[in-house]
Amino acid sequence: MTGLDFNHLLSLLPALQSGMAMTARITLIAIVVGILWGTLLAVARLSPVRAIAWLATSYVNLFRSVPLVMVILWFFLIVPQLVHALFGNAVEDIRFTSALVAFSLFEAAYYSEIMRAGILSVPRGQFDAGLALGFTRRQTLRLIILPQAFRNMLPLLLTQAIILFQDTSLVYVIGLSDFFGTSYKLGDRDGLLVEMLLMAGAVYFLISFLASQLVARLHKKRIR
Amino acid sequence: MISIRNVSKYYGDFKVLSQCSAEVNKGEVVVVCGPSGSGKSTLIKCVNALEPFQEGDIVVAGVSLHDSKTDLTHLRARVGMVFQHFELFPQMTVLDNLCLAQVKVLQRSRAEAEEKGMRLLDRVGLRDHALKYPGQISGGQQQRVAISRALCMDPICMLFDEPTSALDPEMINEVLDVMVELAKEGMTMMCVTHEMGFARRVADRVIFMDQGQIVEDRPSADFFSAPQSERAVQFLSRLLSR
Ligand SMILES: Nc1ncnc2c1ncn2[C@@H]1O[C@H](COP(=O)(O)OP(=O)(O)O)[C@@H](O)[C@H]1O
Ligand SMILES: [Mg+2]
Repeated sequence: MTGLDFNHLLSLLPALQSGMAMTARITLIAIVVGILWGTLLAVARLSPVRAIAWLATSYVNLFRSVPLVMVILWFFLIVPQLVHALFGNAVEDIRFTSALVAFSLFEAAYYSEIMRAGILSVPRGQFDAGLALGFTRRQTLRLIILPQAFRNMLPLLLTQAIILFQDTSLVYVIGLSDFFGTSYKLGDRDGLLVEMLLMAGAVYFLISFLASQLVARLHKKRIR
Repeated sequence: MISIRNVSKYYGDFKVLSQCSAEVNKGEVVVVCGPSGSGKSTLIKCVNALEPFQEGDIVVAGVSLHDSKTDLTHLRARVGMVFQHFELFPQMTVLDNLCLAQVKVLQRSRAEAEEKGMRLLDRVGLRDHALKYPGQISGGQQQRVAISRALCMDPICMLFDEPTSALDPEMINEVLDVMVELAKEGMTMMCVTHEMGFARRVADRVIFMDQGQIVEDRPSADFFSAPQSERAVQFLSRLLSR
């Protein structure tokens, strides 16, 4: 493996950078939307209204029972047809949008499990105390319960975010140029596939490892 | 002020409260006692509509809880409640605990809320702890903050559910002192407590509960000098022999 020298790698840097930017964009947006939608789902699952709880539970079970790569493909294949059927016009490049939607909806199922555990970790008395002060149920959830649930679950939420970061590499199935996809294409083009994939793996490893070290440290600080 | 009328409550087949009736008049202090599991917490939570009940009615300040037109949220904002485990919000400072509902529920300005909060903290001797978090102060101090938090809402009456039973013995009095002072100022109070010294000093009446029933409801002097039911006699002797 002598083909990938430092100077060559340097020349690939701009392309790799924009690949990493794509990875970061998908990761961050999916984290934010996934947590928000997941939190809503968690609240819905704990709703006293049976129908709402059932719908939310079904959603979560559905998304947790299918492989992520299929969800990505489905959204890529179905959404344009749907748009076409609905509006009748040709659809431009929706790879990025469909990936965002797929990741957000998929991750929300996992985040909702975490947030549900978080909500249940807050003592019932806190809810009573909120109501007793004159807050509505919704205010009590938003102002008192969810902040505590979020805090209690922060290590798990971050761990899930690291998994999400790695999973974004699956967008290669719809030909999106994220960091992994870019590395693959450049390696293929220059006949340095093995070297580039090793390099990409090392970068994913380094980022994930450092992030999980950070989470572990945060967790330890919390427990003390 | 509080009128409990033939209230029964079930958990499935289990009857937690059985035809309970009692009155707490304006300015009165009523102590509720009885063995653990007798339904005291359930009863007091029903008064604040934190627990639903199936039969009977409770009327607070002229408002019926079973009337579907009653705004329960609004009613709860006017009734103060203090819990066994304090239930301060751990993610906020003491002062924020006192201000949050004033601002969000009563629409007071932040400055107004803080001023009121500091005044009430001062009263319970905790002005210096305003910017600490609940986890940084003792249990007795937390409970005094919790009482102040309820008082910030200018409640028409106060409910206490065993406010001292989670406290170390040396901290019980600092909380009871605040409650005694409150009683002397004329606050209407319904207190679930086993602190019989407190009951003797300030309670107008004592309600004794057992197995979901109100067994006795009498002026406190009478209750202590001559409890009528066998169960109350047993309960008192067990309390005293501890
Ligand atoms: N959510 C619940 N579901 C079923 N039973 C309950 C529930 N809450 C309380 N109980 C039962 O109701 C009875 C009265 O409880 P509680 O009002 O807490 O008694 P106390 O405050 O006098 O100790 C107890 O036997 C308790 O086990
Ligand atoms: Mg109790």
